[in-house]
Amino acid sequence: MTRTYGLHAPRRPSRVRPYGITRGRTAADRFLGVERLISTVEFDPRRVLGMLPETAAVYEACRYPRTIAELATGLALPLGVIRVLVGDLAAVGRVRIHPQAADMPDRHLLERVLRGLDNL
Amino acid sequence: MALTISDASLALSAKIVIAGAFGVGKTTFVAAISEIPIAGTEALMTVAAEPDDDVSLARGKTTTTVAMDFGRIAVDDGLTLYLFGTPGQDRFWFLWDDLARGALAAIVLVDTRNLAASWPVIAYFERRGDIPFTVVVNLFDGRLTHELDEVRDALDLSPAIPLTAADARDRHDVLEALRALIRHALNLLPSH
Repeated sequence: MTRTYGLHAPRRPSRVRPYGITRGRTAADRFLGVERLISTVEFDPRRVLGMLPETAAVYEACRYPRTIAELATGLALPLGVIRVLVGDLAAVGRVRIHPQAADMPDRHLLERVLRGLDNL
Repeated sequence: MALTISDASLALSAKIVIAGAFGVGKTTFVAAISEIPIAGTEALMTVAAEPDDDVSLARGKTTTTVAMDFGRIAVDDGLTLYLFGTPGQDRFWFLWDDLARGALAAIVLVDTRNLAASWPVIAYFERRGDIPFTVVVNLFDGRLTHELDEVRDALDLSPAIPLTAADARDRHDVLEALRALIRHALNLLPSH
């Protein structure tokens, strides 16, 4: 099965350093694992207008839930940049950071995974 | 407001790490089970240099590019399992902590033709101590060339760590390795 995600790298001269986008910030308030899902809250195309291209790209991509890793590979941006952009969008309620399945391996979650694998 | 939140926004994800030395078959292993095509999505991922990333720091670079594989399995309606392959090249060790953080469990894939290359990989998970892991011999030609006991000795692997064999190309083998991994992780939980 071939499936593309419709992610497009924003047009950006390669000489622009990735951390120019984040104004030098490197850390989000909380750690977002590469597997963490992000989704846009009530997508509104008008909101894209005031956004940086990279921020807009994340906002648009997350109309369907995407992981941090999928955003980084799909938008060709460093993980750290994706984390900062997601943190910014989440802070103003534009995207939702999905809850983490479990902070620690948890019996309920592991059993759920095992059931799922058994059903494949 | 709550009505506008779709079911999709309630989705959860979990992660398993597929680790191993360069060329042990991690990509093949993930591709055998993933719903998304790995060969097509094996994207070059740029990773920002961290202060402790001595590779990038030494060269004054702000980013470095790493090929990272990941695949995806829908466990049920609300939970998606992601399989992340570790970059095989030694110089990307700094990425492992990022990938491993929060993982449910890990598989260390080994090639019996180069067991020594797997020592630091096993040592990594032993040292962490917080991620349940199993070791899986990749049957490159579809058959086991060494007894598993010999492999265990050569790897100096604790009897507490499960060691099995699987053909990384075979979906059934890969599924069974994943099931065994989760069962191992369950066994390590304190009973109540």
